[in-house]
Amino acid sequence: MNRPVEEWASLVPMEDDAPTAFLDVRDLRIHFPTDDGLVKSVDGLSFTLERGRTLGIVGESGSGKSVTSLGILGLHKGQHARISGQVWLDGEELVGASPEHVRRLRGKKMAMIFQDPLSAMHPFYKVGDQIVEAYRVHNEVSKKQARKHAIDMLGRVGIPQPSERVDDYPHQFSGGMRQRAMIAMALSCDPELLIADEPTTALDVTVQAQILDLVRELQSEFNSAVMVITHDLGVVAELADDILVMYAGKAVEQGSARELFTAAEHPYTWGLLSSMPRLDRDRQDRLVPIAGSPPSLINVPEGCAFHPRCRFCELSAPRSLTEVPVMTETSPGHRVACHLEPAERRRLWAEEVQPLL
Amino acid sequence: MAAFIVRRLLAAVILLVVVSMMTFAIFFLVPRLAGMNSDQLALRYVGRGATAESIEATKERLHLDDPLPVQYGRFVQGIVVGDEFNYGPEVVKCPPPCFGYSFRNSQPVTALLIDRIPVTASLAFGAAILWLIGGVSVGVLSALRRGSVFDRAAMSTALAGVSLPIYFTGLLSLALFAYHWKLWPNGVNYVPFTTNPLDWAYNLILPWVTLAFLYAALYARLTRASMLETMNEDYIRTARAKGLRERTVVVRHGMRASLTPILTIFGLDVGLLLGGAVLTESTFSLPGLGQLVVDAVFGNDLPIVLGVVMVASVFVILANLIVDVLYATLDPRVRL
Ligand SMILES: Nc1ncnc2c1ncn2[C@@H]1O[C@H](COP(=O)(O)OP(=O)(O)OP(=O)(O)O)[C@@H](O)[C@H]1O
Ligand code: SF4
Ligand SMILES: [Mg+2]
Repeated sequence: MNRPVEEWASLVPMEDDAPTAFLDVRDLRIHFPTDDGLVKSVDGLSFTLERGRTLGIVGESGSGKSVTSLGILGLHKGQHARISGQVWLDGEELVGASPEHVRRLRGKKMAMIFQDPLSAMHPFYKVGDQIVEAYRVHNEVSKKQARKHAIDMLGRVGIPQPSERVDDYPHQFSGGMRQRAMIAMALSCDPELLIADEPTTALDVTVQAQILDLVRELQSEFNSAVMVITHDLGVVAELADDILVMYAGKAVEQGSARELFTAAEHPYTWGLLSSMPRLDRDRQDRLVPIAGSPPSLINVPEGCAFHPRCRFCELSAPRSLTEVPVMTETSPGHRVACHLEPAERRRLWAEEVQPLL
Repeated sequence: MAAFIVRRLLAAVILLVVVSMMTFAIFFLVPRLAGMNSDQLALRYVGRGATAESIEATKERLHLDDPLPVQYGRFVQGIVVGDEFNYGPEVVKCPPPCFGYSFRNSQPVTALLIDRIPVTASLAFGAAILWLIGGVSVGVLSALRRGSVFDRAAMSTALAGVSLPIYFTGLLSLALFAYHWKLWPNGVNYVPFTTNPLDWAYNLILPWVTLAFLYAALYARLTRASMLETMNEDYIRTARAKGLRERTVVVRHGMRASLTPILTIFGLDVGLLLGGAVLTESTFSLPGLGQLVVDAVFGNDLPIVLGVVMVASVFVILANLIVDVLYATLDPRVRL
């Protein structure tokens, strides 16, 4: 998609021109009024995603990744959240749609794999029954058929002896099995959009790899659009076609996975890349954490929200202290929100950042 | 499960033995340690107008000079195989479980207990149904409409409810409904269910409502807190993410989890009340176990006190057992 740069950056809601992308999120804002002030968890986020593609959303803890995904599913209703912007799914706008309509899409057209599979499953119901329930809300089938489907799904995600384990309770499953069951539940209605929120955080490395394989396999089978949310760049390197980097509720860089791993242009992305563990490096060279901690979402720093932690802040001063940088296309399909000149960014990447990765 | 129940029943029997020993010790050992001799103990049974002969006779009949373990053995024997009393004009047979003989009432204790238990049970079960339905539904609605006018009104009422003592609300309701508005012109007079079910219910309405109000207030607060916590759980979010209707989310996922602990508290509360709802019974002059034991304490009628304590312990222990089994069936994470 080659939209004019200004349109991506525009803060006023755009007209409802029919989107061409399968998922088109435009200027999404999700704010929570709290006693301490307004928490701007998501603040003007825009991106698109096609079927058959995988988008990785990365960012530190608290950058608004989960809030974004729950917002797309319409799960903030009743939480006193203030939501604006647009979420277009297959030609339908969801932010302004009736909750009942969004409910019907939930679980069927769009489904989600949650962060913590132990707390995300009901402790009192059998794993199989929970999948049956998810299937039967959207499909007029008998209990028996639904159960058969649940066993099928459990088998598909690699649960051994699914026809027996279907009657287990969540606490009888291991962490990895629970995550698989969660995936089976999310996939039970063949969703066209699948959001996986940190699908592997709680798991050990071997299980992680299996789960990632599974998501990839199922995606190619169902041709779904997949959003993978994580703070682990390793996961997106495995899965994603495109990457969106979030910082303090905003997108700071977006591009193809290849582009971001070989020619990242935002200092925050550089920080994420250099803190990525690499097996082929000595310990001391790796794991350079980004200095400082994520900002408060109530008092987001003026100007570029990343400036208090940015090594290159002086180079972009004084604009970085006063003016919010907007997402600007630097090469086709690659957008960055940083005041540094593109040429300067490429020089810094080539001379100071990449050699150390 | 069956093994668990058998094990628990055995434990219950042992517990009952311990309770009986302790109660026995409190009533028979402590006075001795405090320096009472058997004459003074016998005096308690004879009452006023005692003569030296009647005291001597009572001592003999009650074997008050026997060593305590022997007396306890006789007490247990009465419970297990029954007893016979020969104090009045004729011999009174007391089949097991026999808790002894009340001289003041000239009756075996068991007969008195059997007389009183239905009253207390009527009061407790009736009130329990009211407060469970009332308290839980108010609590759930309050949680779902947190911060609304309904929530605030309900919670203020509940706060008042838990702080007002029964004898206050009881006397107030008697004054207003029974005497002022003459809905119960003759006050509350217990009528057995078997005599006339309508009269039974009519006379119990005020005590039921008064007792239920206190517990409903408590349960509304408990339910609201439990429900608020549950509705914040991740699995509720999962239920919504499946696309379930909000009703289903609330009832099948929310209430199922938040009411399980409430149900266990409920079991224990009912068990406790079955041993005697002392305040409610005395406020409304209901001839239940609570009244019986209060009268017995003031009248120094030891066998009755002992009997009521034993019966109350049985109820509490049984309630505990039922609650444990119930919890294990409701929460699959509990292994028996
Ligand atoms: N209901 C809410 N009310 C107020 N603040 C909220 C609410 N939900 C989320 N937030 C805040 O929004 C911010 C973003 O949260 P979010 O869960 O999206 O982070 P995340 O990027 O998913 O982090 P993590 O990697 O730890 O999962 C956090 O600071 C959080 O405290
Ligand atoms: S705008 Fe300035 S402070 Fe912000 S990321 Fe770019 S260089 Fe760093
Ligand atoms: Mg998250």
